[in-house]
Amino acid sequence: MATTSIPASQAPGSTTKLNYLNNGHTLRSWLLTTDHKRIALLYLLSVTAFFFLGGFFAMLIRLELLTPEGDLMQADTYNKVFTMHGMIMVFFFLIPVVPAVLGNFLVPLMVGAKDLAFPRINLLSWYLYVIAGALFLHCMLNGGVDTGWTFYTPYSTAASNTNVIEAGLAVFIVGFSSIFTGLNFIVTIHRMRAPGLTWSRLPLFIWAHYATSLIMILGTPVVAITIVLVAVERVFHLGIFDPRLGGDPLLFQHLFWFYSHPAVYIMILPSMGVISELITCFSRKRVFGYKFVALSSIAIAVIGFLVWAHHMFVAGISLYAAMVFSFLTFLVGVPSAVKVFNWTATLYKGSITYATPMLYAFGFIGLFTIGGLTGLFLGTLGIDVHVTDTYFVVAHFHYVMVGGVVMGFLGGMHFWWPKITGRMYPEYWARLSALLVFVGFNLTFFPQFVLGYVGMPRRYWQYPPEFQVLNVLSTAGASVLAVGYILPMIYFLWSLRYGPIADANPWNAAGLEWQTASPPPTFNFDQTPVVTWEAYNYDEIPEKELEAPVAQ
Amino acid sequence: MHNSPATPGSTAAQTVAPAATMDHEAFNPALRHHFADAQQQKNAASLGMWLFIVTEIMFFGGMFCAYLIYRVAHFNAFAAGSQQLNIWLGAVNTAVLIVSSVTVVLAVKAAESGKRKVLVGYLVVTVLLGLTFLVIKGFEYAEKFEKHHVPGPTFNFTEKFDDNGKQIPVNPKEAELFFSLYFAMTGMHALHMIIGCGLFTGLAIMAWKGHFTSDYFTPIENGGLYWHLVDIIWIYLFPLLYLISRHT
Repeated sequence: MATTSIPASQAPGSTTKLNYLNNGHTLRSWLLTTDHKRIALLYLLSVTAFFFLGGFFAMLIRLELLTPEGDLMQADTYNKVFTMHGMIMVFFFLIPVVPAVLGNFLVPLMVGAKDLAFPRINLLSWYLYVIAGALFLHCMLNGGVDTGWTFYTPYSTAASNTNVIEAGLAVFIVGFSSIFTGLNFIVTIHRMRAPGLTWSRLPLFIWAHYATSLIMILGTPVVAITIVLVAVERVFHLGIFDPRLGGDPLLFQHLFWFYSHPAVYIMILPSMGVISELITCFSRKRVFGYKFVALSSIAIAVIGFLVWAHHMFVAGISLYAAMVFSFLTFLVGVPSAVKVFNWTATLYKGSITYATPMLYAFGFIGLFTIGGLTGLFLGTLGIDVHVTDTYFVVAHFHYVMVGGVVMGFLGGMHFWWPKITGRMYPEYWARLSALLVFVGFNLTFFPQFVLGYVGMPRRYWQYPPEFQVLNVLSTAGASVLAVGYILPMIYFLWSLRYGPIADANPWNAAGLEWQTASPPPTFNFDQTPVVTWEAYNYDEIPEKELEAPVAQ
Repeated sequence: MHNSPATPGSTAAQTVAPAATMDHEAFNPALRHHFADAQQQKNAASLGMWLFIVTEIMFFGGMFCAYLIYRVAHFNAFAAGSQQLNIWLGAVNTAVLIVSSVTVVLAVKAAESGKRKVLVGYLVVTVLLGLTFLVIKGFEYAEKFEKHHVPGPTFNFTEKFDDNGKQIPVNPKEAELFFSLYFAMTGMHALHMIIGCGLFTGLAIMAWKGHFTSDYFTPIENGGLYWHLVDIIWIYLFPLLYLISRHT
């Protein structure tokens, strides 16, 4: 078979060609599809719905904190609101968002396969997500939960009289959805690569998803059994985590964080994969130190499993254990730094274009650097004791999760939007929203570092009046951020009908996904591609006038 | 390469599997459309099953971890609780499961050599052995109810830890923790046994209908992997819960 490097000009436009979008229009053809691209879109819709629901609770939190008094809601309501915000955002948005949407769409395309290895399991994973989501909504409408997203015992087993079991069941089920996604990715990456696509030629997006999938497979079952044990303890009054009955609440924290710290890497690693693709494409350069960036993903996955007790420095673990975990926490900073430095080195002498995806990539690097470095502050024992459970922690993890994951997701959505829909988004509005997100984000969360440092604790509905100025700033920033998130919703929908038609490769990017039509046909490639080149061979791709399809 | 060069505009793409039906020298109904060949499909299924087994091990790992930590923390109570378990029923069940693993291996062997009736026979025997295990387990649970060793309001534990003849009283709350973990671990294992029996009944029906050939019996192999996994978990549960605290 000849090498199939289809030039963009030859790839047929999306005018009348059959593709995965117009191949069947019935509801049934969507709900029973096994096409990974359609499942990705199903995930996109459901994940976006949960994002805005979680965002709604975030706005309630920010409104309550606008004034020092508890005037919008009572303490109990506030507890439920921040719990709902956390659970929705963590389990129903951040964990699935990049792998289940972009990963689902792109992993088979990038490895040159017709589909994921187990298409029906892929569909099952979406249904599990939906069932879990419905269960969670039911729980929410019946009064919600107030334990915090962490289900800490004994709040969750003895103290709380809210719907802990139902929320736990929802988290349990959505966990299996993520296990199936991870399992599918690993098998696909191992077994379904196109001829010639060796491991050292894989896009870094694939490496990042491989590492993510390892964590999903190894970590998620542990949190599943932990939640089962919490439910069993609550129902049958067993003493597994209850010290009065011989149990130990610390064991709960160990088991919970054994998953939930690596879960942070489930969230951030796929976004890092996205950023690697963006940086290299818009610098027109091969990623600096490809192998190091690839292996740093694996290193993050491995070391990430050994740092969980840094969430428990003040919970009563031994000082010796705390020192070991502090050291390991610093160690996991190394592969993260490898990525940031290598992206920066890639930019050096690159010919950079400031298209919207690249703006998000720059935003990611800046925000992730702040989030990551403050993570090292928190991994330092002395500082952690000072700022534990303050807004400093809140600011830190929002910098990583929102500043990292959401920036990566939005950057990726803009980058692959022409591939997904066959249309370009409006560049002007997109740049504006990227700017709003960046400014709004910093205005929301930077003041929280200061608040936390001067002593404002998290999870309280009231605060002393001297904290008000910074809280008002934060709430104002949240409003800007909200506009920045709603704008893409509008212009993405607009572009479905009015956006300029995109050709197969509007960014002139490397990567197999750009060699098939936009949108791709149901089985992705007309002919199975044979790969004879290294990843990101931008020095071999002729320049093309980028502005033409973009400007609007 | 069965990869169809047909135009993607053809209507064939409108249903799920059609691309595979277009150009084959050898028609293989078990080959799904997105795999290049049967070998790739088999490798993928097998890797997927092994990964699933990894998740199962992590799932049980949480409980094993809790058990080991609490056993160290409350050794006397755990030993006293362990001494109350019925070692004979446990041993018989262990033997039943080991034999069932042998019949699973024989079933895979029969599938490999295409002997349909032998395959069905071994699958049925495996299910029967699984049910035997569950029935014996049921008797054991009943014994726990009679002795008030089921955690909850009626729990009562007055037995002492027999440390080579020395009788040491134990905290009943800690003994209750032992039985909590006993029921959580063996209960979760029994749930897996029930799922396994259902799975093997399904496989037996498929085998009876002739779904498997000597070229295609991946579900038998993967079902067998699941069965062995559930067996191995028991092989760890038995000594941890029944054996290691007996000094007499």
